[in-house]
Amino acid sequence: MAAQGPNASEYIVHHLTHLKSAKQTALVDWSVFHLDTLFWSVSLGLVAILILARAASKATSGVPGRFQAAVEILVEMVESQSKSIVHGDRSFIAPLALTVFVWIFFMNAMDLLPLDLVPNIWAAIFGAAGHDPHHAYMRVVPTADLNATLGMSLGVLILCLYYSVKIKGFGGWMHELFTAPFGSHPVLYPINFAMQLIEFVAKTVSHGMRLFGNMYAGELIFMLIALMGAAWAGTAGSGLLWIGGVLAGAIWAIFHILIITLQAFIFMMLTLVYIGQAHESH
Amino acid sequence: MNLNATLFAQLVVFLILAWFTMKFVWPPIMKALDERAGKIADGLAAADKAKTDLAHAEKKAGEELRKARESAAEFRSGAERQVAQLIEEARVEGARIVAAAREAAETEAASASQRAKEALREQVAALAVAGAERILRKEINAQVHAELLTQLKSEL
Repeated sequence: MAAQGPNASEYIVHHLTHLKSAKQTALVDWSVFHLDTLFWSVSLGLVAILILARAASKATSGVPGRFQAAVEILVEMVESQSKSIVHGDRSFIAPLALTVFVWIFFMNAMDLLPLDLVPNIWAAIFGAAGHDPHHAYMRVVPTADLNATLGMSLGVLILCLYYSVKIKGFGGWMHELFTAPFGSHPVLYPINFAMQLIEFVAKTVSHGMRLFGNMYAGELIFMLIALMGAAWAGTAGSGLLWIGGVLAGAIWAIFHILIITLQAFIFMMLTLVYIGQAHESH
Repeated sequence: MNLNATLFAQLVVFLILAWFTMKFVWPPIMKALDERAGKIADGLAAADKAKTDLAHAEKKAGEELRKARESAAEFRSGAERQVAQLIEEARVEGARIVAAAREAAETEAASASQRAKEALREQVAALAVAGAERILRKEINAQVHAELLTQLKSEL
């Protein structure tokens, strides 16, 4: 691979390039879509809610089957977490948390597919369609795309604002924006407001960035391990590298099972915490 | 990393998925869970009730058993008393019958011997008269000497 294929940096850059609707030159360009991220996140979202809907449509109050019991464990976990964090009407918030958890878990779990499997299939399709397979870009982990994670954390921010206004009323929320955290004094109003703005921005950015960073780094390490495994073919007499690649890949994948679950759980918990904060007056 | 419109698409997808879950996934599952919780609570309550019912029934059965034993003992002692009484009555009756029989037999025997004595007396008297008749031949008239003969008969 090293002999005829791309070198390490080309390999990584290729794997980190999105399938785009147009070439993006600026850092921020609102006219461009990442088609791969959209495809995989929507597909996995559909898979997630269809699995849940299937469980829901077959739900019985009698003796549950294994599938129903598994979904119920999940639902009960989300329900108890949301109950302890959000005090108020949870008819949307608890299902939201469930969706977040399952969807993000599925998107994260794409990291566990063999790194080159989907990109190679895509390259074959792309090549068969008459394009240059070297420009067949495909990233399969939507949560390793900052747009996806920030999109979701922005959604949480919007819900926070919505619930702030809904619970406290617009006047009450404005009052809180200017009087918390330091207190009600005209001199403190701008400082309070600035702090609140910083808090909202920090919450949203860190919320999205945390998930993105974990998944991006995990993906990158899978690439480095793949490179190590691939290096044996080009290096004389170092089959050890191949064994090392297998070992490291296995260990990292096993560890990643924990990470994908944990990150999905953390994103869900933070969603609940932030929306819960919107329910509470300072 | 580049920021682009994917972000907003993701936002919209996110909200749609959450809405779908709220509408079609969450309510039936929660309903099933709540219903099952209700069923289990009912079942536990029924089990508790059955337990107290059982204890109650056991107590009642014990009481009935005790009562039955008591009445059986009562019946037995009553029956024993009755048996003893019957035996006693039978013994008295038997004794009475034996005594009566003995008395009747004695009376019978006494009258029989009296009758035998009478008959003997008659026959002896007749023999005596016949003997005397033979001895005296016509000298003695039975009618004339009847008083004498009756006197003689009573002396025998």
